[in-house]
Amino acid sequence: MNHMTWVIIAAAVATYLTRVGGHLVLSQFQTIHPRVEAALNAVPAAVLATLVAPSLLSAGPRELAALVISGAVALRGGLMSMFIAGAAVLVILRNFT
Amino acid sequence: MPAEIAIQTHGPRSARAEFFDGVRRGIPIVVASSPFSLLFGALAVDNGLSAFDALFMSMTIFGGASQMVGIELFGHSIAPWLIVLSVFAVNFRHVLYSAAIGRHFSHWSIWRQAFAYFLLTDPQFAEAETRAQREKIPAIWYFGMGVFIYICWNVATLIGALFGKLIPNPYALGLDFLLPIYFLGIVMGFRKRPMWLPIVLVSGVASIAAYKFVGSPWHVSLGALAGISLALIVPPSAQKAKP
Repeated sequence: MNHMTWVIIAAAVATYLTRVGGHLVLSQFQTIHPRVEAALNAVPAAVLATLVAPSLLSAGPRELAALVISGAVALRGGLMSMFIAGAAVLVILRNFT
Repeated sequence: MPAEIAIQTHGPRSARAEFFDGVRRGIPIVVASSPFSLLFGALAVDNGLSAFDALFMSMTIFGGASQMVGIELFGHSIAPWLIVLSVFAVNFRHVLYSAAIGRHFSHWSIWRQAFAYFLLTDPQFAEAETRAQREKIPAIWYFGMGVFIYICWNVATLIGALFGKLIPNPYALGLDFLLPIYFLGIVMGFRKRPMWLPIVLVSGVASIAAYKFVGSPWHVSLGALAGISLALIVPPSAQKAKP
C-alpha cells in the first residue's frame, strides 16, 4: 500500500469517529435534560440550513429561481417533486436564457 | 397527514416491503448525489489519484464534501496530518447527527448500530430523523436505504474516475447546484418542528457570516451551533410544535 492509501485510511477513521462520536458522548448520560432534547431536535434544520445558505452567495437569478420554485413546491408536494421541479427550472433557465 | 395515519393503522410492514421502501426513499438521494460523486471521481484522477484511490476514498470515507477537500489537498503536498484534520473538520457536523439520531438506534444490536453510524450521511440522517419522529426506525428500512446509496455512490465515483473526461457540460446540466436544491427540500421537510423558522434563519445567517469571516468548512459547525443554541436557550415550554 502506498502513502496515499494510509492517509485515506486515517481520514476514514476520523470520519467514522465523527459519525459515532456524538452518540458515544451522549450515551454516557442516564437522562437527557429537556433543553438538550430541544437542542437535539433542532439539529436537522440547523445543520442542513448551513449547507444551503452559503450557496445563496454564489447563486445568480437562475439558481435563485430554482430554489424559490422548488421551495414553493415543497410546501405542497414531497421531496421528489420539489427536487425535480427545481432541477427542471435550473436546466431550462441555464440552457434557454 | 393521511399517509402517516395509513401507515400506523395498517401495522408493521413485512421486512421485504420495508427494505424496498428504504431503497425507494434513496432514489432522489442518489439522483441528487451521483453527479457529485461522478465529479469527485473525475477530479480525483485529474489531481493525480489513481482510479483505485478515488474509489477507495468513496468506499471508506463516504462523505462527498470531505472527499473533495481531501483530493484538493493531496494535490498540494500538504502534511498528512493536516489532510486528516481537514477531513475531520468538514465532517464534524456528523457529531451532531449521531448525538441526535443515536436515541433512535438504541433498540438495535451493537453491530447494527456500528454499521448504521458508518452509513450516517446528511440525507440518511434526515430520512431517519423524519421517520423517527412518528415511529421506531426499522433496521431493515435504514439499511435498505443506506446500502443502496452506498453502492450507487461508489459506482458513480468509479464511472467518474474512468470516464470523467466524457461529461459534456456540467453547468448546462445544473450538476453543481443539485445538492443545494436537494438540501433545501430536506430542510423544508422539518418545517413542522418546534421553532423551525427561527432556527433555520439563525443558522442560515450565521453560516453565511462564518463563511465570509471564518471560512469553509467551519461555517457549517458554527452556523449549526448558532441555531442549536437558540433551541437550547429558549425555554422548552415556549417551544410548541405546529399541529
